[in-house]
Amino acid sequence: MPMPVFDFTLVWAAILALAVFFYVALDGFDLGVGMLYGFVGDPVSRNLVMNSIAPIWDGNETWLVLGGIGLLAAFPLAFAIIIPAVYFPILLMLLALIFRGVAFEFRYRDRPRRGFWDHGFCYGSMLATFAQGTILGAFIEGFEVEGRQFAGSSLDWLTPFSALVGVALVFGYALLGAGWLIIKTEGALQDWARRAGRICCIGVVAGIAIVSIWTPLREAPIADRWFSWPDIAFLAPVPVITAVLAWRLWLVLGRHNEYAPFAYALSLFLMAYLGIAISLWPMIVPGHFTLFEAAASQSTQGFLLVGTLFLLPVILLYTGWSYWVFRGKARADIGYH
Amino acid sequence: MSLDPVLLSRLQFAWVIGWHILLPAFTVGLASFIAMLECVHAITGRATFLHLSQFWLRIFAISFGMGVVTGIVMPFQFGTNWSRYADAAGNIISPLLAYEGLTAFFLEAAFLGVLLFGRKLVPTPIHVVAAILVAAGTLFSSFWILATNSWMQTPAGYQVIDGRYFPTYWSEVVFNPSFPYRLAHTVSAFYVTTAFVVLGVAAYTMRRGLGAELGPLMLRLALGFLVIFVPLQVVLGDLHGLNTERYQPAKLAAIEGLWDTGRGIPASIIAWPNMQAERNDFELAVPRVGSLYLTHSWDGEVKGLKDFPPDQRPPVPVVYFAFRIMVGIALLMLAIVVAGIVLWWRGRLDGSRPYLLLCQWAMPLGFIAVIAGWTTTEVGRQPWTIYGLLRTADAVTPSLTGRDVLISLVLYVLVYLVIYPTGVFLMARIVRAGPQPEAPEQSPIASGRPKSPVEALPMAGDA
Ligand code: HDD
Ligand code: HEM
Ligand code: HEM
Repeated sequence: MPMPVFDFTLVWAAILALAVFFYVALDGFDLGVGMLYGFVGDPVSRNLVMNSIAPIWDGNETWLVLGGIGLLAAFPLAFAIIIPAVYFPILLMLLALIFRGVAFEFRYRDRPRRGFWDHGFCYGSMLATFAQGTILGAFIEGFEVEGRQFAGSSLDWLTPFSALVGVALVFGYALLGAGWLIIKTEGALQDWARRAGRICCIGVVAGIAIVSIWTPLREAPIADRWFSWPDIAFLAPVPVITAVLAWRLWLVLGRHNEYAPFAYALSLFLMAYLGIAISLWPMIVPGHFTLFEAAASQSTQGFLLVGTLFLLPVILLYTGWSYWVFRGKARADIGYH
Repeated sequence: MSLDPVLLSRLQFAWVIGWHILLPAFTVGLASFIAMLECVHAITGRATFLHLSQFWLRIFAISFGMGVVTGIVMPFQFGTNWSRYADAAGNIISPLLAYEGLTAFFLEAAFLGVLLFGRKLVPTPIHVVAAILVAAGTLFSSFWILATNSWMQTPAGYQVIDGRYFPTYWSEVVFNPSFPYRLAHTVSAFYVTTAFVVLGVAAYTMRRGLGAELGPLMLRLALGFLVIFVPLQVVLGDLHGLNTERYQPAKLAAIEGLWDTGRGIPASIIAWPNMQAERNDFELAVPRVGSLYLTHSWDGEVKGLKDFPPDQRPPVPVVYFAFRIMVGIALLMLAIVVAGIVLWWRGRLDGSRPYLLLCQWAMPLGFIAVIAGWTTTEVGRQPWTIYGLLRTADAVTPSLTGRDVLISLVLYVLVYLVIYPTGVFLMARIVRAGPQPEAPEQSPIASGRPKSPVEALPMAGDA
């Protein structure tokens, strides 16, 4: 093989991290809106809730595809180990996303079975979120590996810890969804979203707290990372900032500010994300392979990087533009009834 | 019977891709059709084209949504069920799939929202551009996914290190030998498939007296298009076959049901390929014609299946019959188009009710041909996942048990059996209501319909 001129692995780790965060932020809020949808009683509000995401959900979900393919592209070995290890959560997520995705059109057009598609939309969103949480939990816990392949069984992922992360993520996405609804709605519906946001806020904080205590207790290397001197001095701000953000979030949920709750919810996610990254760095298959060991060939990384550096900004531009087109409060006449 | 994870994974892959492909087969063509209608309307200002576009957009919204959700299933299959393949070929196929996401999916998704919901929110030229970009996205998508598949059929531009494949020349990886043919033949197939749907819907609306002048307009648009593209499809298919003969001779031999290598070989019309006895039973064949169309000379040499060890032959009957279904449909299509042109020429197109009924029944032909064509392609590639390099049995995820895959397969089957009939039923209902020749200026989907309270609100007890 030709000698590497420059190692793109870190660049790719950064791009992939960005793609996953975009996915979590964007599909996170619309999956959250989907879950909250099930708790909205009256039909007029339901229509507004659905219309608030109808034009954009497809783009949001595309980040999932990019995340999955990005993992395959930058770290094929990690893809080949992790995805089989979470065979069933992936299956559940995909099936749930199918129901949720078709519900947008089917719910509107299939009036006799509207109740069925309503449930598909709500429970589909919830199941997909829960499955994603368990994938994250299983990922943190690590997998059994032999050679270059996953060697455990298809139910290894199902542990109390992964289930807990699943539930925490349900609250987390619902929190983002509530933040989005506060931006896109007004009046009684908005007030309702604020109250829902507070409930989710409690769930999220509890989730983050339990995970933060549980992980170092179980995984010695992670405890080392956080509690050894001098790292502890550098890392101490992470939990402190997280706590402050959570407190601010609680406050703005009760005030009139429309954008702050979403922003704070997002920053809370960012901190949790950072926390996980710090715990696992530089592993991509925890306990087995580092980013560098799992990386794709230089030629693969380079070929894709050329286009990505050019296309990603363009994508962000026109995606931003399409959000701009649908700015403002959700309307009954744009989108589905 | 013990459960074989390889066999079940193959069934599962065939199940999910088979259903997925039906939607691109329709949406690639429909997106271009809608973009064309929007352009004509913007340039000429003719309202009929707007009404047609609004009608087809409603159907497009449903099929596209289904295409998206069934598509998201696809890349994950490579990880869940074919992880050895993902590990071995990841360095080569992943950028192609990633470029599909970057150039196509985001484009489609972002501008789809504007196309479907934005007619009132953006100026007309921007809306037209959105339509064009969605259509472009579907074509980019076809480009990259077919590059990926073609590389698996005719790998090029790679080197092998420790049993895994690494790129040497990207231009050779993307433009591998079968890619130009597969791309041309498939995209043209998608256009033909869509045009037959338009033709059938036009015939239906005319027979029912719906949609006033919109029916005859659609009928002529579709026929005019098909008279060029159906023959083109046959020519492209012929070229594709020549390419297959060169690069995947075992597949071609299975297509022809040819056991012995020879010159001046016959064209097998119909037979039962008997893999045990290595011969065709009950064969009807035309002498020497096989060599003519396969090599374009009367006594060109063609390789037979016996030149390949039995463990490198594809399941011959499947390939043999799938191919004949596809070609049979192509001939049927040709006949329908020729009949239509003759009627048109004699000025009897609109009045011929049997012909309209025929067009209506021809609606699913393209889809069947597409499935048959892909079955030829993929089953003909067996026993390889990457032709000549990686066997299917070595591509499957090692940790999977037969029970695991059985569970997932059953769930995929159940879910698709709920989703597809519902989707088809809902699209059929839009067709049955017919295009609205007098539609007031409105947002295309349900969206802009004036809110008569009864319509707008779900019925009581829905919550
Ligand atoms: C030649 C065309 C073609 C073929 C052979 C395939 N697809 Fe497809 N696919 C499309 C053409 C297409 C499309 C027309 O472009 C779709 C339909 C709806 C959409 O968004 O794009 C699509 C959707 C679609 C999506 C959803 C995109 C989104 O979120 O917007 C994914 C992830 C895939 N496909 C992936 C695949 C994979 C992994 C395939 C093969 C194994 C595959 N498709 C076969
Ligand atoms: C274009 C991108 C495609 C890729 C990358 C792809 C890849 C694969 C892979 C990895 C397998 C499993 C291994 C194997 O059995 O060989 C497979 C099998 C299969 N694929 Fe494709 N495929 C593609 C398109 C299609 C399409 C469009 C169809 C059409 C319906 C299709 C039909 C099948 C079938 C029927 C099998 C099972 C073959 C058998 O084992 O008998 N594929 N393909
Ligand atoms: C007489 C006419 C036709 C001929 C000679 C022909 C030839 C072929 C051949 C040889 C293949 C297999 C190529 C390979 O796997 O390497 C193929 C595949 C295929 N055919 Fe056709 N075909 C014809 C008509 C059609 C029609 C009418 C359609 C659909 C409307 C169609 C759709 C497809 C598709 C989707 C594939 C799989 C993709 C591909 O490999 O190109 N074909 N065709």
